[in-house]
Amino acid sequence: MRHILAVLVENNPGVLTRVAGLFSRRGYNIDSLTVGRTENQNISRMTIVVEGDDLVLEQVTKQLHKLIDVIKINDITSEQYVDRELVLVKVGADAAVRGEIMQIVDIFRARIVDIGQRTLIIECTGDEGKINAVIESLKSFGIKELVRTGKIAMLRGQKFTSLNETREDD
Amino acid sequence: MKMTAAQALVKCLQDQGVDVVFGYPGGNIIPVYDALCTSSEIKHILVRHEQGAVHAADGYARVTGKVGVCIATSGPGATNLVTGIANAYMDSIPLVVITGQVPTTMVGTDAFQEVDITGITIPITKHNYLVRDANKIPLIVKRAFHIASTGRPGPVLIDLPKNVLQQEINFSNPTDLKLLGYKPTCKGHKSQIAAACDLIMKAKQPLIYAGGGIITANGSDVLCTLAEKISAPVACTLMGLGGFPGCHDLSLGMLGLHGTRYANNAVMECDVLIALGVRFDDRVAVDFSSFAPKAKIIHVDIDPAEIGKNVKVDIPIVGDVKQVMEAMLARLDEKNEDEWLAQTKAWKSQYPLKYEPSTGLKPQFIVETIREITDGEAVIVTDVGQHQMWAAQYYRSKKPRTFISSGGLGTMGYGLPAAVGAQVGAPDRDVILITGDGSFQMCMQEFGTAVEQGLPVKVVILNNGSLGMVRQLQEFYCDRRYMAVNFSKNPDFVKFAGVYDSLGLRVTEPGQFRGALEQALKGEGPVIIDCVIDPDENVYPMVLAGQPLSQPVDI
Ligand SMILES: Cc1ncc(C[n+]2csc(CCOP(=O)(O)OP(=O)(O)O)c2C)c(N)n1
Ligand SMILES: [Mg+2]
Repeated sequence: MRHILAVLVENNPGVLTRVAGLFSRRGYNIDSLTVGRTENQNISRMTIVVEGDDLVLEQVTKQLHKLIDVIKINDITSEQYVDRELVLVKVGADAAVRGEIMQIVDIFRARIVDIGQRTLIIECTGDEGKINAVIESLKSFGIKELVRTGKIAMLRGQKFTSLNETREDD
Repeated sequence: MKMTAAQALVKCLQDQGVDVVFGYPGGNIIPVYDALCTSSEIKHILVRHEQGAVHAADGYARVTGKVGVCIATSGPGATNLVTGIANAYMDSIPLVVITGQVPTTMVGTDAFQEVDITGITIPITKHNYLVRDANKIPLIVKRAFHIASTGRPGPVLIDLPKNVLQQEINFSNPTDLKLLGYKPTCKGHKSQIAAACDLIMKAKQPLIYAGGGIITANGSDVLCTLAEKISAPVACTLMGLGGFPGCHDLSLGMLGLHGTRYANNAVMECDVLIALGVRFDDRVAVDFSSFAPKAKIIHVDIDPAEIGKNVKVDIPIVGDVKQVMEAMLARLDEKNEDEWLAQTKAWKSQYPLKYEPSTGLKPQFIVETIREITDGEAVIVTDVGQHQMWAAQYYRSKKPRTFISSGGLGTMGYGLPAAVGAQVGAPDRDVILITGDGSFQMCMQEFGTAVEQGLPVKVVILNNGSLGMVRQLQEFYCDRRYMAVNFSKNPDFVKFAGVYDSLGLRVTEPGQFRGALEQALKGEGPVIIDCVIDPDENVYPMVLAGQPLSQPVDI
């Protein structure tokens, strides 16, 4: 089963190496890992999508906790959450097909962010399914280039993965 | 107070109560040596190889319970530490390891003697630091000692670029460690402890399986009280030896691959297994699926990641094993399962540790004689191989921190430098290294350190002219196709002692050993006793791969 972990870490150099190294060293499969700063400049947040059964997940979580730089781990898989990915796709777009592409862009509420002589760059955010669908729809025009982020995710409503929450737990 | 960062480092070490460091200098760590020069509180012990420094710091830490400190320069100095860091990591030994680094302006340029030691040691340290800001040194040193010595202890490395060390700073003592992600759980969960106690009270055949955590937590006395209160026999891991008196009525000695038959039988038959400060290592369980098949398992450990890792347990308790045992004692009533105790006693007399009686010099006899002469009170340090197992089986250490051996990593070469560190930490005790001819040759240069420092380490080499343990494996698993296990040229170890102007003795017959050891123990300096033993001797019992603990090969 795929699990989504929201992980707060100290924003120290090397923290990504520590986390990524732990996964490869112990043979855990990462689907994706994204990382960026949070509202607190000393704290970064990772969203890690990892494949494994409950036993594996228990070990992953416990081993991650052993890293001194890891502050908090939340397995949000079974909770209500919002998740997003971002993709940029450069497609072949002669004048003849531009209208058709713009329709697709509209349907997915994506955006055209660059117009070249024979290409367009399309930006789309959404959950994984939507991103897959938009890519699928654009395939026939010829995808020249594609870049995609991993997943970021956040719990809905009154549940948090935040430092304050950590403090409240104490 | 203004001072250089190197001076600040030395001051911080002093503030932590460090009175000895083991090290080896070089270009990039020179500022630290310059600062040590003026410290009257810290004694520096110059080793012969950085591996010696880290193992010595490890031996020192095991004997004293304090944090061991070692120092090396950048590049090759740092990489020479790697084995010793991994060794300490596997056995949860608190170390602070200090390395020099090329100046920050050169980091990342493949400069002379540059190596990414923080990168290399991520998987084998509890944590590590590359210090770029000299002002942070007091905070980082404080954190390093805290992390190394609390929770599940382990090595912490601090990498110090030369220009950072030379920088002048305004020293201030940090009060807040600000470690948001590090809060070890020491107190066990109340209801889990209650559940464990209920289970123990109902047990008909309880067994305690005790490991290194008992020693780390200084919990030996409490363990004794606990075992006696519930009349449970105790089997120790290699790391746990000495954590429960080897001569106690309830002691079953060591369990596992080369464990006693009575300990292993007890594991197979017990109905409640009380696992204290252990990690169900594969050398103990051998086969995870058939380990303690009839038992409900209570597992107490400070590291949550060890619980349920190899073997499923029924009652997990995360906490300091001493504190948890104390909480248990408050809830438990005295109990006595006579039938079970009679059973374990019967196993003891039916299947004792034994070896072929012989007129030749037997390694087991040597260890037994050491035990007799020292009354089990010496600090025994071992290397890795057959001699290690004979020492573990036959010495029956009485007290914690007196059996010092490389458990998790199984590092040949650990013994001599660890014995040096142990003798530094316990200057008034007899420190006896039981080593093999193979292991000894991996770090024998440290004999020079012992002589130079006047450390009276007694080295007993169980010399079988071979890598005996590997030869034994080839005998059982490769149909006696012996490959790369015999030394056709070993040095003359008696002469080797002689080149350092030390005493060397050779023992070839059983009758000579007692006298030799007594003579060695009387002397002020280090001594080597080269014991020429039968190269075909095997360690028994031996549980073969895939077999249950109850069916070892034995003589
Ligand atoms: C550094 C290292 N290399 C290799 C091994 C594998 N190994 C385990 S025991 C052993 C033989 C040890 O020989 P010796 O020290 O003479 O002890 P003996 O078994 O003969 O008593 C070897 C090679 C090891 N444990 N450590
Ligand atoms: Mg040998």
